[in-house]
Amino acid sequence: MTALTRHTEQLSTTTLLRFATAGSVDDGKSTLVGRLLHDSKSVLTDQLEAVEHASRSRGQEAPDLALLTDGLRAEREQGITIDVAYRYFATPRRRFILADTPGHVQYTRNMVTGASTAELAVVLVDARNGVVEQTRRHAAVAALLRVPHVVLAVNKMDLVDYAEPVFAAIAEEFTAYAASLGVPGWGSGGDPQENWCTAIPISALAGDNVVEPSSHMDWYGGPTVLEHLETVPVSHDLTACHARFPVQYVIRPQTAEHPDYRGYAGQIAAGAFRVGEAVTVLPSGRTSTVTAIDALGESVDIAWAPQSVTIRLADDIDISRGDLIAPADDAPSVTRDVEATVCHVADQPLTVGQRVLLKHTTRTVKAIVKDIPSRLTLDDLSQHPAPGRLDANDIGRVVVRTAEPLALDAYADSRRTGSFLLIDPADGTTLTAGMAGASFAAEASATDDAEWNF
Amino acid sequence: MTTVATVQEGTDNPYALSHLDSLESEAVHIFREVAGEFERPVILFSGGKDSIVMLHLALKAFAPAPVPFTLLHVDTGHNFPEVLEYRDRTVARHGLRLHVASVQEYIDAGKLRERPDGTRNPLQTVPLTEAIQQHRFDAVFGGGRRDEEKARAKERVFSLRDEFSQWDPRRQRPELWQLYNGRHAPGEHVRVFPISNWTELDVWQYIAREGIELPEIYFAHEREVFNRSGMWLTAGDWGGPKEGEQVETRQVRYRTVGDMSCTGAVDSDATTLDAVITEIAASRLTERGATRADDKMSEAAMEDRKREGYF
Repeated sequence: MTALTRHTEQLSTTTLLRFATAGSVDDGKSTLVGRLLHDSKSVLTDQLEAVEHASRSRGQEAPDLALLTDGLRAEREQGITIDVAYRYFATPRRRFILADTPGHVQYTRNMVTGASTAELAVVLVDARNGVVEQTRRHAAVAALLRVPHVVLAVNKMDLVDYAEPVFAAIAEEFTAYAASLGVPGWGSGGDPQENWCTAIPISALAGDNVVEPSSHMDWYGGPTVLEHLETVPVSHDLTACHARFPVQYVIRPQTAEHPDYRGYAGQIAAGAFRVGEAVTVLPSGRTSTVTAIDALGESVDIAWAPQSVTIRLADDIDISRGDLIAPADDAPSVTRDVEATVCHVADQPLTVGQRVLLKHTTRTVKAIVKDIPSRLTLDDLSQHPAPGRLDANDIGRVVVRTAEPLALDAYADSRRTGSFLLIDPADGTTLTAGMAGASFAAEASATDDAEWNF
Repeated sequence: MTTVATVQEGTDNPYALSHLDSLESEAVHIFREVAGEFERPVILFSGGKDSIVMLHLALKAFAPAPVPFTLLHVDTGHNFPEVLEYRDRTVARHGLRLHVASVQEYIDAGKLRERPDGTRNPLQTVPLTEAIQQHRFDAVFGGGRRDEEKARAKERVFSLRDEFSQWDPRRQRPELWQLYNGRHAPGEHVRVFPISNWTELDVWQYIAREGIELPEIYFAHEREVFNRSGMWLTAGDWGGPKEGEQVETRQVRYRTVGDMSCTGAVDSDATTLDAVITEIAASRLTERGATRADDKMSEAAMEDRKREGYF
């Protein structure tokens, strides 16, 4: 085997990690992101030259690495990150997709967007300030969105003389807050609560513990941020998950070569499916057996999330886009009454009585907002009952009644089949991002619902 | 919480997917969403590597049935002959239907005027928009990737365009989970970018893994070129070289394939896929920085073109 082929093969077996960063310029987030990209050699010469040129024309001496991620004219003019910016970099071990999100409260929706697909979130704190309101909000968003892993990056350690007690106190305070969020060892792949968060003392500016280990903090024996990103598990034992397959499209070639082929195309949303398995189709409740799984040109015996496959069944039953295939002995219940925690993402408000469309997996149905029982302040998790409406960036509870039944899981069990959007039927605006079921442990115990037994 | 993390090997897990499998599954999911929710989707197919990968993904997504979309090519009139030949061969092989919107026809009819610099890339927007309106396409697949350019880094997978094809970056819909909102009013359409999350290297690795055939100009070959603004442009009847620009024969390949007037070749001796991948992995320039004159115009050149309805 040549060195070249080895190189190619190694690259083709790397895994993919999607992660999000939340924080503001003041916390040194841009510096951290810039350093991850720069030190992993992902910023190329022409990009760096463009940043240097733009920094100079603004009268800044050093290249402002934040300009790497601020892509829109309005952002450069205002000097702030407005939108989620996606960055891509790779090490020999892993490919990374970074959703870089703004940290301020008026951009909570952008943070929620970035966290929705993230397997890990980096929460930044300034070692001089410790855990502040914004830290608690970022941790709450990560917990709410069930991001499986969190890194608490205690930044600017150089400004507190690299002192271990400063770091330990912040890590402890954050742990206590995380515990109050009741982050469970949920079924959708999250770490058990005691492992949910990893705290790392860093100096993004000086480069301590970002890519290279720090020589200033001998007392810290853990990984650098990049080492942790490279090694955190991106998958878990899927056989323990509830298997879910939303049907996207029915493939029926009706050609001379394939006169009777009928396959259900979709992406496995959770768990694993096997040939020979007994399945139920929801919402109809009809049952059949998996006879074949076509994994994009290859016939396989087993396939798992998030593979895109085509499933064939033994019986010619009526199945169309929007149906859900699940194991016969582990199918979700079907409901028209949805209770959920939501983040309102549109500029126009959400009000009680509003008629909306609800998009869940591959199914879009008419729905009505029956109630908005509470609004939540993420900084301290305080509840504000009966707000009447939710405005942009608000987190709240909603009760929705749908026109058609949905095979809905609790978001805590399955991020993909427990999430939904509310859409304005008039102009198609995405109004609200919803997560079915209880959000935090505190609520679950308050409602005393056995189903939410974390 | 532990301050010392346990280091675990993610790749040991039998359920871990390789990054190429993850990206492939995501793109296939996007194609199938569009097939399920739109009436008249079309794939923008230029014969460039990104559109070739898109078509390959679409073929896999619906096999053994044919791709349920037509193709659209905006022909600048300055396209590489090798690429046009590849385009026609591919269309014939898969029994696809191809629409061509011709910039040359617009110029001949007096509807578009040639630019002083001879660059035709910005002229593609009007023929593209009118073809979308004329054929009432409601979903238009593009091969744009977020790693290409910083305005593209803010692009959605489903990107709503008004009847003039305009993009408004401040009015983009938040895109959460894998729930893509394709609702649009009559006359509006949605640009869809299935390989948003791929990098240039991913595209090449995928081409190698899948054994996808490419136009030969992607590999090192001898070509008559001349230097303009630090880029090797191909000599031809599109308008180059001008007086004082020296033509020479060099060993080059193309990293991107667009209009001949603004797509530069790079010096290379990579004649195989493996050699190309090694070159790209070692390159210190982005593909657009190395090869596209149109992106060198200003800091917001791509954002401005996208706002006007460009790809």
